[in-house]
Amino acid sequence: MSEEDKFDVIIIGAGPAGIACAYTLAKDGRNVLVIERGTTAGSKNVTGGRFYTYALDLVEPGLWKDAALERKVTHEQIMMMDKKTSITIDYSNPSFNREGEMPQSFTILRAVFDEWFAAKAEEAGAVIACGIKVDGLIEKDGRIIGVRAGGDEMYSDLVVAADGVNSMIAREAGLVTELSGETIGVGVKEVIELPSKTIEERFHLKPGEGASLLMLGCTEGIHGGGFLYTNNESISLGCVFTPSEAAHNGRQIHDIFQDLKMHPSVYPLIEGGKTVEYGAHLVREEGYRGIPKKLYRDGLIVIGEAAGFVLNIGYTIRGIDLAIVSGVAAARAVISGKNPGPEYLDELKRIKLLPTMKAVDGYFDLLEIPRMYAAYPKVATGVFNKMYTVGTDVPVSIKKGIWSVVKENKLSLWQLAKDGIRGFRSI
Amino acid sequence: MSIQPIEAAELLSLNRFNVDEEEPHIVLDKEICRTKCKEKPCLMVCPAVLYKLDKTGEMTFDCAGCLECGTCRVVCKAKGITKWEYPRGTFGVSYRHG
Repeated sequence: MSEEDKFDVIIIGAGPAGIACAYTLAKDGRNVLVIERGTTAGSKNVTGGRFYTYALDLVEPGLWKDAALERKVTHEQIMMMDKKTSITIDYSNPSFNREGEMPQSFTILRAVFDEWFAAKAEEAGAVIACGIKVDGLIEKDGRIIGVRAGGDEMYSDLVVAADGVNSMIAREAGLVTELSGETIGVGVKEVIELPSKTIEERFHLKPGEGASLLMLGCTEGIHGGGFLYTNNESISLGCVFTPSEAAHNGRQIHDIFQDLKMHPSVYPLIEGGKTVEYGAHLVREEGYRGIPKKLYRDGLIVIGEAAGFVLNIGYTIRGIDLAIVSGVAAARAVISGKNPGPEYLDELKRIKLLPTMKAVDGYFDLLEIPRMYAAYPKVATGVFNKMYTVGTDVPVSIKKGIWSVVKENKLSLWQLAKDGIRGFRSI
Repeated sequence: MSIQPIEAAELLSLNRFNVDEEEPHIVLDKEICRTKCKEKPCLMVCPAVLYKLDKTGEMTFDCAGCLECGTCRVVCKAKGITKWEYPRGTFGVSYRHG
């Protein structure tokens, strides 16, 4: 390919960020090429699995209606657990799925969704080349002018790096710094098939509705947690661990995750199911603080998780929606006709992505408290154990019960007070 | 089949892989692993449990079941991993669910 025969934009990676960008540009008549290393869009991608729908509506109003999504989430659950016992909070809100309105969020499987989304972008006129890995960028006089892939060179006015958490490309370009084992999570997940009726019975769901369950206290004290999402005919069950801590825990993360499956509060939810896939993926855990200082340079823009657009604030975990929003922002920057890099940053503010991430930046401090992952879930289940244990003994007051559980877990009042203040400040 | 703990190798057999026999995408210098790396975090954090020690204490590794998460690359401080790239186009894992 010659330099004259070039694309307006080349996008690296056919995940939600790259596809949202391609779709928006193609609809505006731009000449877009998406290069994807997997044999199909989504075939290299893993999610926990939930998607907040508003993002797809930003790409095009109503587009979500025929999207390849799973269940509409109406049940939000948090489980605190120790080895055998658990406490679950179940917040159920039917208005998250109101007749005739856009449901707030769906459970999602990425190989399915990404392939659908990529086909939509193709319909809109984008060219999507799968099975090709981008080997590197082409730079001329300090400007990125194209990509090298499998011995070929392809040129464009702008290259968009949407190549995910490891983003070799944005790192090569000097935009993204190396990931650290302290500020990422490695997620592992089994997709477990079950009949849809069984899923609906077990989680008290109406047909088509779904549950999201986050679990605290299942990681042997390692910073992280478990997750469970109900799909149409499967359950995504997984666990996320901070690698730097998992490294000296003494047990493989695979083993700790297998224990979670057998936990007395989890096993009944998946019983009789058949595991059909085992996936793993990294995720950034730093939120706003993890966003690279520079999101563009001459000829190159970084979007999606490559740009750190992921939010884990404990009770909601977001990434796919932010990826899509950033892809739309990048496309709008190109369409504006202005200098795309600085314009992209302005768009990220206008489209409320950066303000959203900044607003919840404090949660990172709360989630940094190491006692969140073993000691506190144990205190909570221990107190409940005292409250609900009835026998011939004279019961102790709840106050005394709490105090004895706190001591059993080798915590001090001073520690509790400090964490309490820190926690309250951070939210 | 009812739910039970499943060995990593068996879990991997459920996935679809197209193994690149010509060009491994991860390469180790086992001498570095043996002599320079005490902690060996890869043994604990690889979701696919592809890093193992043999009887002589030497690192064994086969990238055939790699899930391409990148965790080993991030935690490998001793630089025993001398090459970590994504597999060539079309090779490696292909998720059907994801």
